[in-house]
Amino acid sequence: MTYFPEEVVEHIFDFLSSHRDRNIVSTVCKAWYRVERLSRRSVFVGNCYAVRPGRVMARFPGMKCLSVKGKPHFADFNLVPHDWGGFALPWIEAAARGCPSLEELRLKRMVVSDESLELLARSFPNFKALVLVSCEGFTTDGLAAIATHCRGLRELDLQENEVEDHGRQWLSCFPDSCTSLESLNFACLKGEVNAGALERLVARCVNLRSLKLNRAISVESLARILARTPHLVELGTGSFTIEHGAEAYQRLIHAFQKCKSLKSLSGFWDVAPRCMQSIYSICPNLTVLNLSYAPAIQGADLVKLIRHCFKLQKLWVLDCIRDKGLAVVASTCKELQELRVFPSDIYGTGTAAVTEEGLVAISSGCSKLNSLLYFCHQMTNAALITVAKNCPHFTRFRLCILDPGKPDPDTNQPLDEGFGAIVRSCKDLRRLSLSGLLTDKVFLYIGEYAARLEMLSIAFAGDSDKGMVYVLNGCKNLRKLEIRDSPFGDAALLENVGKYETMRSLWMSSCDVTLGGCKALAAKMPRLNVEVINDTDESDEMEENPSDMHKVEKMYVYRTLAGARNDAPEFVEIL
Amino acid sequence: MEAAGESLRDTELRLGLPGTDAPEKPASTVTRGGKRALPEDDEEGYGKSNKSSSSEEQGEGDLCCQEPPAAKAQVVGWPPIRSYRKNSLHARKAEGEAAGLYVKVSMDGAPYLRKIDLKVYKGYKELREALDDMFKCFSLGEFPRKEGCSGSEYAITYEDKDGDLMLVGDVPWEMFISSCRRLRIMKGSEATGLGSRH
Repeated sequence: MTYFPEEVVEHIFDFLSSHRDRNIVSTVCKAWYRVERLSRRSVFVGNCYAVRPGRVMARFPGMKCLSVKGKPHFADFNLVPHDWGGFALPWIEAAARGCPSLEELRLKRMVVSDESLELLARSFPNFKALVLVSCEGFTTDGLAAIATHCRGLRELDLQENEVEDHGRQWLSCFPDSCTSLESLNFACLKGEVNAGALERLVARCVNLRSLKLNRAISVESLARILARTPHLVELGTGSFTIEHGAEAYQRLIHAFQKCKSLKSLSGFWDVAPRCMQSIYSICPNLTVLNLSYAPAIQGADLVKLIRHCFKLQKLWVLDCIRDKGLAVVASTCKELQELRVFPSDIYGTGTAAVTEEGLVAISSGCSKLNSLLYFCHQMTNAALITVAKNCPHFTRFRLCILDPGKPDPDTNQPLDEGFGAIVRSCKDLRRLSLSGLLTDKVFLYIGEYAARLEMLSIAFAGDSDKGMVYVLNGCKNLRKLEIRDSPFGDAALLENVGKYETMRSLWMSSCDVTLGGCKALAAKMPRLNVEVINDTDESDEMEENPSDMHKVEKMYVYRTLAGARNDAPEFVEIL
Repeated sequence: MEAAGESLRDTELRLGLPGTDAPEKPASTVTRGGKRALPEDDEEGYGKSNKSSSSEEQGEGDLCCQEPPAAKAQVVGWPPIRSYRKNSLHARKAEGEAAGLYVKVSMDGAPYLRKIDLKVYKGYKELREALDDMFKCFSLGEFPRKEGCSGSEYAITYEDKDGDLMLVGDVPWEMFISSCRRLRIMKGSEATGLGSRH
């Protein structure tokens, strides 16, 4: 390959689409490293603290797309204190200096200030796409800056962010000359936008294919919008309550009938069940349906709807669909690849909405299923074994039995055998979340069989250090391990310290790891950041110098080239 | 289905955050020091060796009658659902349980709607009187005192949480206010068929 001119090598590298492949070829030799880094257009940084922003910009000067992730996954469940970190500003500043031709920025679980959005809006003349997922720290003022200054913006996708509403009519800030939008998602915003401005915006953006509205948009407005965007492929409705009489409703039905390209539907806040009839005409074309924010639609109505959706590939629902509803999904949606069933009654006991029966039904009807997130009240080993047999193609399997540590209700046994069957059967499994009563045995199975596993989430499971060690020694592709409330201590933590440099991160909270153990790890592995996170509530209770025997409440370990970070708050100690 | 029992339970007066079933414990959602969850739970529930006794109660029979899970509900970050989603669902619940239960009242032919707080009234009689008072300027005329009375000009109906149009007065008051989403005063001619007494 050294005889080939660089242009040829570069051309060959163009065929490498995955980041991993490109990372690997860049380590072959200096020449390849050089060619690769100059031709890299898309950069993915899985942990914002693993590398300094400036270094990324220096290495990849031709970068057009940048993705950065911040907080650890358990931050989604309030396990990471609010000011832990994950700031977007340093990345945007570095990009503004080093890669002004940046076109796309994707951030996940990061703190994004209005200041950073304003800087972003002004620094990149070719900026085309901004995707913010589970971020916080900005307000509608920041969005106004984006709308005002990003000429040629194609995509503004805000997914599940915490955005403060400053009442600014940010949407009206898109200039009349803006006609380039292809994707607009502001479903997570709480405030109102000017309906007229929105209708005019979507009307002039003739390439608009994806539009996700927020709850404040009325059905009447939706009908008018749909009339202007008949080529829409993805739609997130606003609030779906029909206020008065038949007229708006009829208009809506007609508008839906004109949208022949609609493949994906979501939203449906506040929907009244009888309004669902308005979408029956589109259902046969749907490949994606998200009804997980519509608790008013109970089983019977859900079922009526689902019976029309035979092309469905991705379905997100609430557990009010019940086992019977899932049986209907199984018999109707033969193309189903991804299913998520969320709990509708989080705090109450309620009646068992979905159980192992629903899952078994799905597995026997939907053989293409490869991704599952299932919240249920109970699960049995027998069911999991059946599911494993029926669906050997799982790449993502996340089961959450709502009652922590609950055994198989039929046999009173732990669910080791059930999950064991899953990892044995699903050879391509990349992501696994466990729940229910589990002993060290399940980890033995995971270590032995889950060869492709990249991410593992453990809660209230295991008996001893052996469990964690099985996983660390066994899963050679493990990248992220997150554990809470499990009896793993220093011995497990220190058993295979080299492993952590092959992984992105390790999270342990409410386990048996001590401060001494963390210090030992930090001492042995200088290229890891070992963060000890103290709950801010405890700061009064904590002694000045806690002894090494003191159990650590939360620990986050990650490999890094950047050394200890300098933006850590008081309650984070980096060893 | 389970609506009747649940809605009565929803309207029970008790202490605790909306959505919780455990009146004895205040909702403490912070774990302190080395403790994982409320201390009582370790013994009852998801510890290792003493699983069998408590789970036998739970595993079988009527899941409606379980007690222990209510206490377990307060573990931080469990179940693992994003706050965004929790808040969305919770906001919906809280809307109905916040101080005052405001519902819109429309009347056929009236140019604008009104809003009333159902919690203010003790029963159907007071509600009718209040509506009578509110809408008399729109010439209600003879306000019906009995439902389904032929010859009355108007009937009071409501939309329940399933979206169905129901005649006011059939169910116990408590059940009514927990399921009523809005009120509609209908012209008698449209209301034929709703009267249940014939």
